[in-house]
Amino acid sequence: MKNLMNWIEYRLPVVEKMKIHMTQYPAPKNFNFWYFFGSLAIVVLVNQILTGIWLTMNYEPSAEGAFRSIEYIMRDVEYGWLLRYMHSTGASAFFVVVYLHMLRGMMYGSYQKPRELLWIFGMLIYLVLMAEAFMGYMLPWGQMSFWGAQVIISIFGVIPFIGDDLTLWIRGDYVISGATLNRFFALHVIALPLVLVILVFLHIMALHEVGSNNPDGIETKRDNDGTVPAEAVSKFEFHDNFTKGGKKVIIDSIPFHPYYTVKDLVGLAGFLFLFAYVIFFMPEGGGYFLEAPNFELANPMKTPEHIAPVWYFTPFYAILRAVPNPLFGAVAMFAAILALALLPWIDRGKVRSVRYRCGLHKLNLVNFCISFVALGILGVLPATPLYTLLSQLFSFTYFGFFILLWFYSKNENTKPLPERLT
Amino acid sequence: MSNAPVDHGRRRFLTIATSVVGGVGAIGAAVPFIASWSPSERARQAGAAVSVDVSKMEEGQLIRVEWRGKPVWIVKRTQEMIDSLPDHENRLRDPESKEPQQPHYAQNRHRSVRPEFFVAVGICTHFGCSPTYMPNEFAAQAEGVRSGFFCPCHGSRFDIAGRVFQNVPAPTNLEVPPYMYTSEFTMMIGEDEETA
Repeated sequence: MKNLMNWIEYRLPVVEKMKIHMTQYPAPKNFNFWYFFGSLAIVVLVNQILTGIWLTMNYEPSAEGAFRSIEYIMRDVEYGWLLRYMHSTGASAFFVVVYLHMLRGMMYGSYQKPRELLWIFGMLIYLVLMAEAFMGYMLPWGQMSFWGAQVIISIFGVIPFIGDDLTLWIRGDYVISGATLNRFFALHVIALPLVLVILVFLHIMALHEVGSNNPDGIETKRDNDGTVPAEAVSKFEFHDNFTKGGKKVIIDSIPFHPYYTVKDLVGLAGFLFLFAYVIFFMPEGGGYFLEAPNFELANPMKTPEHIAPVWYFTPFYAILRAVPNPLFGAVAMFAAILALALLPWIDRGKVRSVRYRCGLHKLNLVNFCISFVALGILGVLPATPLYTLLSQLFSFTYFGFFILLWFYSKNENTKPLPERLT
Repeated sequence: MSNAPVDHGRRRFLTIATSVVGGVGAIGAAVPFIASWSPSERARQAGAAVSVDVSKMEEGQLIRVEWRGKPVWIVKRTQEMIDSLPDHENRLRDPESKEPQQPHYAQNRHRSVRPEFFVAVGICTHFGCSPTYMPNEFAAQAEGVRSGFFCPCHGSRFDIAGRVFQNVPAPTNLEVPPYMYTSEFTMMIGEDEETA
């Protein structure tokens, strides 16, 4: 047995990699509630892939058969309803988890040097996730699938000169049709999941290269120059990759496995309570996870009274609608996402965690959260003059977060950082 | 292995030449993948023109025909509707139809070939919803204008010639498709003298 292990290890260092990434990977010891959401996102991704594969076994990707096959899955396939609700609820859960994960990064400055690339990979994951969710929502071929896609695809039509040809190319027809449905199906089940899994892999590799940030936002890998007090140094054995053969000492850290795998299991249990509650007792999520018009077959001749995208797109949809000119509206919408991606460079501060940053930063973060949630709510509501005005106001405060941050972060009045994790 | 000295110029030439040829090949290989997303021959056939008989239409009636999967409206306007067109022009964004939202033969006050028949694509120019036809009750949306089209999605308003009002999300007038009369009361939607 030992010989076999050695034989494999020589050719593929499985045990060695397990040590680097799990059992001898140093993680700061003070991870709190906010650190559940990374591992939860992986759990949801696995849920989506598994239930998704099972759904394709009965789903029929065609304009004629799609809606009927969803009814078939819901009514006749054994446990089909459960698999579908796990998948549709999983989509919303994915965004809940990812939004909280991103907020964690913003609170504790996890995007700051040297984690810029890690943040960029995260933003790419977020973008692909939005495309994936959008295309997935089209597949049931209900009214909201059709009209939501109509609205989203026509956003590309505002691009000068090439807009009309581009939307024709995306649809593959003069209208959204079976051709559009089939290509979105292909992208949804093969192309984008592949990209997503690769990006998640890169995200984790980039994380393990620079190490996790922590709620105090201070460095836990210190130079071994004798200034670090002996009692601060972790008693655990960490991989040479992280101690650089004794050049670095690691303070206040614990191995990822078993300590954080066990902690994350507790988070998972809590998450599953909520997830199962939604699946079994409110699978439509109050009309926000699965919208009412989507229980009606797509009809190109009949627009639903009120078209709202699924909740996770609404903050950006509200920004799109807030601008009267469609071209500038689309630009503002993409700028809202781009601004997030550029956060590592917009924030010029040296202190990471909100705990030790100035009062203005705390207020500004609250401003960001309020703006984002308010835009999310406004994006669901019909565009009355009052709501449009409010959307404009909160779009302003949303972008204001980034502009303010850029100015005050240069010479910020911060609190002194602790020597050790608190 | 030959120990001849490395000819760097030759190596650079070969590297660049190989990269260029490979790059051209890669672009060529991308063509089928990109082109296959364009509308298929079948989709193009389905996008052909539609013939409509309007002889049975009543005054004020709107009928919908499907052309390229889009709802195309044909409204038989009453004389009162036609006469009311100049009354609210100061409240329109583009009363003279300067934006290219119609064939040149529909670039007039009534935005049609014949004043009584109005033909337009029934899709709001804002984000693609289908506006509601209000032959008599439009005044609730635009004061003093009896008939028009109201988009329930984002509240855009159009008059009975599909001209957009000011201060609504829709940027342009409703699109008028190419069409022509093939006889007194038959029209061909999607085809005109120029494209036929």
